[in-house]
Amino acid sequence: MDQLTNMQNGGWLPVVFLGLMGIAMLAYVVLDGYDLGVGILLRRVEDADKDVMISSIGPFWDANETWLVLGVGILLVAFPMAHGVILGALYLPVAFMLIGLTLRGVAFDFRVKARAAHKPWWNNAFFAGSLLTSFSQGVMLGLYITGFKNGWAELGFALITGLCLCSGYALLGAAWLIMKTEGALQQRAVHWAQRSLWLTGAGIAAISIVTPMISARIFEKWFSMPNLFFLLPIPVVTAVLFFTIERTLRRLPVRLRDRNEYGAWVPFTCTVGIFMLAFCGLAYSLFPYLVVDKIDIWQAASAPESLKIILLGAAIVLPAILGYTIYSYRVFWGKTRELTYY
Amino acid sequence: MDPIILARAQFGANITFHILFPTISIAMGWVLLFFKLRFNKTGDAKWMDAYKFWVKVFALTFALGVVSGITMSFQFGTNWPGYMQTVGNIAGPLLAYEVLTAFFLEASFLGIMLFGTNRVSNRVHTVATLLVAGGTTLSAFWIIALNSWMQTPAGFEMIDGKAHALDWVQIVFNPSFPYRLTHMLLASGLTVAFLIAGISAYRWLRGDKTPAVTATLKTGVTLAAILIPLQIFAGDLHGLNTLKHQPAKVAAMEGVWETTKGAPALLFAIPNTQTRSNDYAIGIPKVASLILTHELDGEIKGLNEFQGKHPPVAPLFFGFRIMVGMGMLMLAVSWFGVWQLYGRKSPRGEPQPWLARVLVGMSFSGWIATVAGWYVTEIGRQPYLVYGVLKTVDAASAVPGAMIASTFVMYLTLYSALTVAYISVVFHLARKAQFPASFSSSFPGPSTSIIPPMIAVHNDLGPAQP
Repeated sequence: MDQLTNMQNGGWLPVVFLGLMGIAMLAYVVLDGYDLGVGILLRRVEDADKDVMISSIGPFWDANETWLVLGVGILLVAFPMAHGVILGALYLPVAFMLIGLTLRGVAFDFRVKARAAHKPWWNNAFFAGSLLTSFSQGVMLGLYITGFKNGWAELGFALITGLCLCSGYALLGAAWLIMKTEGALQQRAVHWAQRSLWLTGAGIAAISIVTPMISARIFEKWFSMPNLFFLLPIPVVTAVLFFTIERTLRRLPVRLRDRNEYGAWVPFTCTVGIFMLAFCGLAYSLFPYLVVDKIDIWQAASAPESLKIILLGAAIVLPAILGYTIYSYRVFWGKTRELTYY
Repeated sequence: MDPIILARAQFGANITFHILFPTISIAMGWVLLFFKLRFNKTGDAKWMDAYKFWVKVFALTFALGVVSGITMSFQFGTNWPGYMQTVGNIAGPLLAYEVLTAFFLEASFLGIMLFGTNRVSNRVHTVATLLVAGGTTLSAFWIIALNSWMQTPAGFEMIDGKAHALDWVQIVFNPSFPYRLTHMLLASGLTVAFLIAGISAYRWLRGDKTPAVTATLKTGVTLAAILIPLQIFAGDLHGLNTLKHQPAKVAAMEGVWETTKGAPALLFAIPNTQTRSNDYAIGIPKVASLILTHELDGEIKGLNEFQGKHPPVAPLFFGFRIMVGMGMLMLAVSWFGVWQLYGRKSPRGEPQPWLARVLVGMSFSGWIATVAGWYVTEIGRQPYLVYGVLKTVDAASAVPGAMIASTFVMYLTLYSALTVAYISVVFHLARKAQFPASFSSSFPGPSTSIIPPMIAVHNDLGPAQP
């Protein structure tokens, strides 16, 4: 088989880098996902609560965004050919995403530092930036899955995935706020999570249905025996997680009213689980291609000597990154308190 | 319009906008560490006040640097796909090492540095400040290594039109790297020195004469006065290094068309590409030769030796003069400032009002010199993207011009607005700092906070606090 010979000819490095890129992208989607989600929900509350919401993500957003730089960085350095093709095809949504990311990132700081009269304006910029970023990323996902074909059906699908990713991020953001806030804001976060849960589910279902239709190869991978049997846990566990979230969200309002935090972490953890499973499913469908059925990872990879030197650095540094990321989350553990710069 | 010109303009606009912020954050991290260490040692509240004020400017600067940097990591692919396809084996690991060793370090500890005071010990907070400062400098190390390699490539071989690494030590420590890194770090130091001096002078002029303001004013002016002679020396060495490896760039900077012995240092001229000579030239005879070859009659190779392979002359010629002119102005102002602040006439280190006004005017002078310098070195690399290896034309993408043009307009609007917002917010913070009472109310967090931020800080910091 083609892939096996590729692997045997010293071609294991691209696989490792694909794995690293996958981890970075997944970490980005989950981590920046919750802070983008908080941004999307920002306009729904009064000013004091806006401050709490932003305080809950303040110490983390910067590091969260760095995972995107790492993910795209690995694409750039390990698979330069695919980087050019993918980003060239996604030129416009990438530009919009970058403008969204810029607006959101700077609004974080400007909103508390500019004159008070301008604060509402920067709050809006924060909301608009988060929404534009999330929507563009969803559109990119849609266009990517359909292999960059610019037909109306593909474009329509991309717009739907754009909407659904916004909803997925809103779910993550709301679940994050359930853990990190208290009182009325926490109750509202439960409500937001309920509302965004179903659209998120619809999005994942849509992607699961469309992906096998794109290519006979992907259909074959999923629906031939015994693959189907081994893959069954992915949709089944996803469904279980959905219903767990749904059930918890129905019970939380009463518990939280009595200051009982039991299960407040369940929606966030389960949502992260859903994102992970969806990611695994997608990765399984696409492997070993970087551009659907066109460019595979071995065609796109850099020279082995360069990949090895990066791998050496990554092997040393990634555990350290993991270590201080955990440290940072521990420092800011618990309910959000007022953020004071000194 | 030509898509390549558009792609270059777009990337140029983005990289220009980006460099403004790292130029400040690289050195400001170390200045903040200095404030923090002074406070730890003396317990004098003025150093903590200085830290508290400048850490806000740092946070804002850092955020702008991060977002514009992310844009660049994407534009490598969207604008210059041929770049990574040709030299990706070299550029890739250098970029990867920047992200791995520097980005995460800065970003993770920034949260603790900015917001962690009430949650970690004073010692951990000092260490976080050190790690953030170290991270920004490490970032500069890798990026300058890559940029220098593009100027003076070394330690590689070309196989089938692709660069392959032979020796990583030679790649990182390529011939122009030590000079460029030193030059850039000093530029960052000077930019921050004048920013701190200028904003402190602004506060002083508005009647905010607290000990923190006079302390930072003195710190800024002194730092500038120490760094500027070092910078002139480092710049001279960098120029000699460029003459050795990229003679066409130096010829354009000096406006030398014909190979000349005893070339004059031109103070002013308008390079004419039609006649391939200079109009309205005013120069000091033999000085360019003296500076570059250390001989009055030393020979400088002219642009005509590099027909078709030399960079456009006017941007380099003027860019170089703007940078050097700004450096001379910095020298004059900082040395005069030191003489004045430490002199007998101002026992408490207070500036004369006119000096304060000049310093306010020079708050962002470092930006002008730095950007002018980068234009000289980057435009000076043209027509190559990687000197002698890859031409810019051959790396461009096939994205239609109209698409680049429309996104270019969007980026340009956003960047102009953000630059204006940044400058005005820095001055706004300076005005707000005068009235701390109204200041604390605008912190993020519920307005019904029980513990005012000032008290919360004092509880946590060991040394003598009132």
